[in-house]
Amino acid sequence: MKSCDPINRVLRDPGACSSFNLRQWDLLIRQARHANLLGRIASSLAERQLLEAVPDKPRSHLEAALVVAERQVQAVQWEVKCIMQALADVDTPVILLKGAAYVASQLPAANGRLFADVDILVPKSQLDAVEMALKLHGWITTHHDAYDQRYYRTWMHELPPMQHLTRETVLDVHHTILPETARLRPDPQKLREAAIPVDGFTNVKVLAPMDMVLHSATHLFHDGELEHSLRDLVDLDSLLRHFGKNAPGFWQTLVKRAQELDLTRPLFYALRYTSCILDTPVPAETLEAAKIGSPSKLTVKLMDALFSRAMQPAHASCGDLLTGSACRLLFLRSHWLRMPPPLLIQHLLHKAFISPRDTQY
Amino acid sequence: MKKASNLKSIEPRLNVSSFTPSEITHALKREGIHLSVGTYTIHLQSAIPSVSESISLLYADYPLNEDTSFADFHVSINHPRNVRRWIHPQAIFRIETYEPFKPLPADQAYPLLEWGLNWCVSTQYHRYLVVHAAVVEKNGRAMILPAPPGSGKSTLCAALVLRGWRLLSDELTLVSLNDMQIVPMCRPISLKNESIPIIQKYDESVTMSRPSFDTNKGTVAHMKAPKESIQRVRETAPPAWIVFPKYQPGTAAKLDKFSKASAFMGVAANAFNYSMLGAQGFQTVSKLIDRCDCYEFSYSNLDEAISMFDRLAQQ
Repeated sequence: MKSCDPINRVLRDPGACSSFNLRQWDLLIRQARHANLLGRIASSLAERQLLEAVPDKPRSHLEAALVVAERQVQAVQWEVKCIMQALADVDTPVILLKGAAYVASQLPAANGRLFADVDILVPKSQLDAVEMALKLHGWITTHHDAYDQRYYRTWMHELPPMQHLTRETVLDVHHTILPETARLRPDPQKLREAAIPVDGFTNVKVLAPMDMVLHSATHLFHDGELEHSLRDLVDLDSLLRHFGKNAPGFWQTLVKRAQELDLTRPLFYALRYTSCILDTPVPAETLEAAKIGSPSKLTVKLMDALFSRAMQPAHASCGDLLTGSACRLLFLRSHWLRMPPPLLIQHLLHKAFISPRDTQY
Repeated sequence: MKKASNLKSIEPRLNVSSFTPSEITHALKREGIHLSVGTYTIHLQSAIPSVSESISLLYADYPLNEDTSFADFHVSINHPRNVRRWIHPQAIFRIETYEPFKPLPADQAYPLLEWGLNWCVSTQYHRYLVVHAAVVEKNGRAMILPAPPGSGKSTLCAALVLRGWRLLSDELTLVSLNDMQIVPMCRPISLKNESIPIIQKYDESVTMSRPSFDTNKGTVAHMKAPKESIQRVRETAPPAWIVFPKYQPGTAAKLDKFSKASAFMGVAANAFNYSMLGAQGFQTVSKLIDRCDCYEFSYSNLDEAISMFDRLAQQ
């Protein structure tokens, strides 16, 4: 499988950088910055007391990335408090997803991570009340185009992203983890039932360990947000390593939970690519059991070719002639999985011919 | 371009001026050059003639790194690949493939590069408290001039360095978090609109880039930093004064003590990474205010202003 040096080497083994010369540091910092992973790499070096040994020039960039990451963790904690205050009068369970959940539950996946937004999951029946309460507290919708509003509200798994007027932070309000029109239909009720409370926060929950992994896998391998694909793969690696060690019975029941939620395919890809690209220690039995989610051998070969290219930093030193095509094909695949063909055709035609005309004014 | 390594034994340090403008143009167009600017190294690539012209002119006395293994910022400024290349050419600033700004008319390529470099420092260089302020030094003590655009900060800074003060920085003041020293970066001074002829008249020997017109700051030109300031760029200086300048036409120069609390708020509001640094940002601004005498200053005549600052430096 393709591997991009030196970033992949350091992600697999942070100690590898102790022998780096300045030219390797230069390239590592550029690749890591483009993959949004500079803070993550800096924090994994700091945890292992390897940061002091880094030459001064590259170290200044690693330390700067740590400063940014620490500040972001604070900002996310504050944002969660503000959201909970806004939703205090809406009698509904709120579940934090992705980055905000890693921060709230103090998982290693939050260390050195950068955040673009906060994601929450609420029951669909409460969506209107939640949206109204958020609007009253300063969040406004970001998509003003009537078609986009309908696209989100009718077909997607979330409201159009909301942005706070003064803090300018972005909030995604989900009612399930995949679009209503997607091929896979995990039942959000099952996720809510298994969700667990978080220390230090009242009325906030996060997904149970296995569900957190499955959601992260689904987001990366079924929802096609490939912009930060290597960062998302590193998240998955961190969650798997942490829960594999700390959550009782994690590896034994992970595949069964994926079956319950109709998410065996994303889990198959997640375990395959984390173990191949990042050396995640997945037990052989779990890898074997996850094969029930595998597509045909030919498809696996094709996906290997596509994902191994897409899961690299968006940096010139990491691509080959096929990288661009691989990313475009995966983008098409994500849309294919997102909607049935007639709807997809209608959507693409609208985006190609009608939306550009509307937005000229 | 001459191979830098071949000349190592002859010249201990190579400057941009060690090469002809056409050699610089050629190198910039191809692999780019590694420019050493105080504490950081810029790897710059550009195929735009006005950029290489300004680099040869304004960066003549800056060291060109022979060792190209590490650069803090890998930036380029080029024409975007579109049809406008032939109609109304534009310039785009990139950090490798990342484009933080929209393209600007090609006439503004060089100022765009300077703004882009400021962006790099103010968003990615958190080893320092980065304050939007000019900073100059005399008798081993630094004077920080924080101010919003339009207050005459750059004009005052240019006049001071033309009259013997050492330029540490015109736009971004770097305060070291470890030892509270001001770390120079000494890049060219950005002048706007009426300031350009004022400074040209103030010292006729001054070296200035060709002005760019109709930028979103009006007409912009850059003044070359004095050679001595560039040669001493590695010398840090302890902060001694914080002066908030204000240009007020028709008034006599007036220097008033400014309360420490107000000065704190003024510095914090002008620091790009004050909140990014969290508690450390607060502590650094506090220490800075403790160590400095703080003033408000209004002026309309540059000579008057400078003699007042010279007296301050002698106290």
